[in-house]
Amino acid sequence: MKSTRPAPDLSKPRLTTSAMIASIASEGQRTRPAPFGHALVELARRRPDVLGMTADLGKYTDLHIFAKEFPERYYQMGMAEQLLFGAASGLAAEGFMPFATTYAVFASRRAYDFIHQTIAEEDRNVKIVCALPGLTSGYGPSHQAAEDLALMRAMPNMTVIDPCDAHEIEQVVPAMAAHQGPVYMRLLRGQVPLVLDEYDYTFELGKAKLLRDGRDVLMISSGLMTMRALEAAKALSDDRVDVAVLHVPTIKPLDAETIRREAGRSGRLVVVAENHTVIGGLGEAVAGLLMRAGVHVPFRQIGLPDAFLDAGALPTLHDRYGISLSEVAKQVKAWLK
Amino acid sequence: MDTATHRLVNAPTLAQRAHNIRRHALRMGEVQGQGYIAQALDISDVLATAYFHAMRYRPEDPNWEERDRFLLSNGHYAIALYAALIEAGIVPEAELETYGSDDSRLPMSGMASYTPGMEMSGGSLGLGLSIAVGMGLGLKRKNSTSRVYTLFSDGELDEGSVWEAISSASHYKLDNLIAIVDVNNQQADGPSTQVMGFEPLVDRLQAFGWFVQRVNGNDLDAVVAAFDAAKTHEAPRPRMIVADTLMGKGVPFLEQREKNHFIRVEPHEWQLAIAALDAGRP
Repeated sequence: MKSTRPAPDLSKPRLTTSAMIASIASEGQRTRPAPFGHALVELARRRPDVLGMTADLGKYTDLHIFAKEFPERYYQMGMAEQLLFGAASGLAAEGFMPFATTYAVFASRRAYDFIHQTIAEEDRNVKIVCALPGLTSGYGPSHQAAEDLALMRAMPNMTVIDPCDAHEIEQVVPAMAAHQGPVYMRLLRGQVPLVLDEYDYTFELGKAKLLRDGRDVLMISSGLMTMRALEAAKALSDDRVDVAVLHVPTIKPLDAETIRREAGRSGRLVVVAENHTVIGGLGEAVAGLLMRAGVHVPFRQIGLPDAFLDAGALPTLHDRYGISLSEVAKQVKAWLK
Repeated sequence: MDTATHRLVNAPTLAQRAHNIRRHALRMGEVQGQGYIAQALDISDVLATAYFHAMRYRPEDPNWEERDRFLLSNGHYAIALYAALIEAGIVPEAELETYGSDDSRLPMSGMASYTPGMEMSGGSLGLGLSIAVGMGLGLKRKNSTSRVYTLFSDGELDEGSVWEAISSASHYKLDNLIAIVDVNNQQADGPSTQVMGFEPLVDRLQAFGWFVQRVNGNDLDAVVAAFDAAKTHEAPRPRMIVADTLMGKGVPFLEQREKNHFIRVEPHEWQLAIAALDAGRP
């Protein structure tokens, strides 16, 4: 395909950081470094069956923290994702619990059949931990895993988790280990925002939790979009819009009871916000659930479009695709008019 | 004569085991009127050697921790492995008549959750060697003396993942891994060497750091010697046995039939095939 893009206007100011790994923390936000790596080390101290594996992305998935602490329990599989997951299945068959890391695009797209057949179908106790979920890279579609949740939740036996922040990731890691069977976790890595510690929040596998209540809008969200939903709720309260936020970190199995109950409370607009294409993710999962349950409410989705997303600076892209704080608030206000 | 000695003296020879495996496979083929029977017949000598010469296992306890693992990567060869598992006493012979039927433990493509003694779900080709690498690493972690055997087909050499696994087995010096590739030179779309050339296979595998032997996979003495050498080789390398085999081996009219991935057998021919096999009974 030939380039269809117009030449840029060189006189205009522009953001320059279209890095592969851009920070999702906003300026001045509290963060914690490498929460996954540290939580895994802590888990591994208690559980000798825990192993770490990666396909040439140890440093970029915070697994280097584990590798440094437990070099004998760390397997570098090279830039070979199919091998990574096949071998993880073999290690799990021998009684170990491998945490296998790569980018979400490579696990969900390149190695899908290997995860499907050698891990999910055989119900192997492999924990798949993937960085750069949804739109968290300015690199373009090669590194933007806009469809990973759709792919992973379609797979039988797979538990799918999309944590919001460092506080939650620290709790998800031991919960993944306590669950027998394959788990896919979306990873936020590096300096990871810290948000949920200010709420009375504990992660429970398969549970949705109401982080704040509100009369006008129910935002249902997962992953970093819960952070945006909470920020948007604060911003909208200045305009006297009262927004409830239901955080749904476990995409599969979905907490049908809580979602049905909260959405069923009458008089509220239901908005599902996700860092994922609007096809096949949390939004459609919730919509299907409500339809089947006979809960008929005004329903909107905030998510990535069904398109190959642009390369560029992450704040620009989050604005462009409607998942930044300001765009979330703007859309909700417009829908209330 | 005590019982153990009696058993030893009366134990079937390896050739008889291979014959029985072929016979079980033909009987299963007759149940469905189809099956990858030509492949089953070509690999029976390798399976007889694996299950009655090389491997350590307990028929009454297929999950025995000290067993050698056998991974069937080419899941469509399940009919052959079931025949070996029946001959080994892991699957009851009576179940043979359920092959490929509803609710059977013997589906046409091998799956771990269905069959005692089946260690992986194959069928999607190119998976087995990667799992074998993980099992080999796991057994080493446990200081186990068990080995991982894995069988795959020459067509699987087209899959990139097979070469990922070949690199890593060598990188991790998996001397507890013995892989057997069935070179019958036939895959879905034609002769494997024409679909996607893989020769010189021995040179390629050696260049990847493996201990490689190439044998006539239907010469039992040669196959036994290859398994023995694979087990006793001292260098810290993974081991590959390249087994050149003849599709339909043991049933002359199937050996001579035009080569095809899925050889057609007419309904009346199954009994003829069993009779032809029995005519050459060792």
